Amino acid sequence: MLALLASRFGLDAADDAVQDALVEALNWRAVPDNPAAWLYTVARNRAIDRIRRDAVARRRTLDAGADLAVLHPSTHDPYDTEEEDDMIVDHSEVGDEQLRLMLLCCHPALARDAQVALTLRLVGGLTTDEIAAAFLLPEATLAQRIVRAKRKIRDAGIPLSVPAALDERIDALLGVLYLVFNEGYLSRGDAAGARVDLMEESIRLAIRLMGLLPGNAEVEGLVALQLYVRARTDARFAGGELVLLEQQDRSLWDLELIGQADAVLAAAMSRGTPGPYQLQAVIAGYHSNARTASDTDWPAIASVYGRLLEATPSPVVALNHAVAVAMADGAPAGLRLLDELSGLDDYHLYWAARGELLARAGAATRRRPLCGARSTSL
Amino acid sequence: MQYMILIYTPEYTPLKPGDPGFEEWMAPWVEFNRTHTESGALLGGGQLQPVSTATTIRREFGGGDTILDGPFAETKEVLGGYYLIEAADLDAALAITASLPLPGGSFEVRPLERNPVM
Repeated sequence: MLALLASRFGLDAADDAVQDALVEALNWRAVPDNPAAWLYTVARNRAIDRIRRDAVARRRTLDAGADLAVLHPSTHDPYDTEEEDDMIVDHSEVGDEQLRLMLLCCHPALARDAQVALTLRLVGGLTTDEIAAAFLLPEATLAQRIVRAKRKIRDAGIPLSVPAALDERIDALLGVLYLVFNEGYLSRGDAAGARVDLMEESIRLAIRLMGLLPGNAEVEGLVALQLYVRARTDARFAGGELVLLEQQDRSLWDLELIGQADAVLAAAMSRGTPGPYQLQAVIAGYHSNARTASDTDWPAIASVYGRLLEATPSPVVALNHAVAVAMADGAPAGLRLLDELSGLDDYHLYWAARGELLARAGAATRRRPLCGARSTSL
Repeated sequence: MQYMILIYTPEYTPLKPGDPGFEEWMAPWVEFNRTHTESGALLGGGQLQPVSTATTIRREFGGGDTILDGPFAETKEVLGGYYLIEAADLDAALAITASLPLPGGSFEVRPLERNPVM
């Protein structure tokens, strides 16, 4: 919806208008037959109201058109609301306005933190103070980040179009959603109840993206991964304390969500184009479908970590791989892999895992818990 | 929209006509210029002489001018040339920039102000 409005009124005006419509939606007494259409109509009217209200003041100081129009800066007059503006014409296969807005938010000319803020603001519809609270940033910082990003989109001429390098852009978008999800996942222990649930938000957006890009196995992989992790979230905390996977009360896991994740992952895998998100989902799936911790299929998990390590070599993945190998083949095998790792000296989980494996191998006398090493294995 | 492409590379000595390999070195540049001139994208451009030829006027706020030998900033990569192009949007400008026949460097793409004051 925002994309449709943005194409007519420019990003700023559309953004505000959708917020107005959403506020109005809170006052619904009965849900309209077609909420999306209703919301669009309200937002459109609000956009026109707002533009009319602002027009006089703005015209004094600003060149009409240059301020709001993102799409056609030189020709587009956002105040001319009587005339039907051309919708974006695009003959590519991916023609959805909403997808284009998502892709715009993740344009590589925007910094990653701006991509995250814009995606949540423009696609997710979160308010600036909600996003600021979710990322524990001052609202002014976040607001400025969004203003700067919008300004760059407008001034540098970043287009609302499907990019030629679509796969790369989808990767960036998935990266943003994954980051939002992890921010929510890692912040679960915080008592701050006012924080928006970033996990829910990321899942919502990823599922929407799955609808916009049907048949994209990595999008499905990310959805499955998130659903698996979400299904186990309620068991992750007991009395405010973090509970490791091994000790979790598995009766608290949401079997329905796990079933959905299984189905989405099966669809993804059937496409024969494995990627990092699918591989992580496969690992999460093995954990989620183990009825007890001792039922966990560690040899399979170790093997998938091996593939993930080939696809996305990183010290953290290598660490998880080593831990999985230790669980499958014994602590000495895991330790051998850990010894080959470098670049993790500052990573506390490396030392936690190392201590645990040494303890298990009998090389240390005092047993320490596997401090969260497996909590990194989604 | 108009965009300026600012080409920063480690300083190197360009080949001159008659040098061995000059034709091979020039060919992709000729191609770049021809392609983007024919499409109407290329409005202008130029290669700068080495940084050793640079002179900088430094004007302190509220103070006078000092004329200095050398570039504005000593950096590993130096401004070696520029193109002024016309492109529909940033993606089109980036596509042209990405086709620069250079093995390495930083190619900064900046939109020109639409209502210039100068």
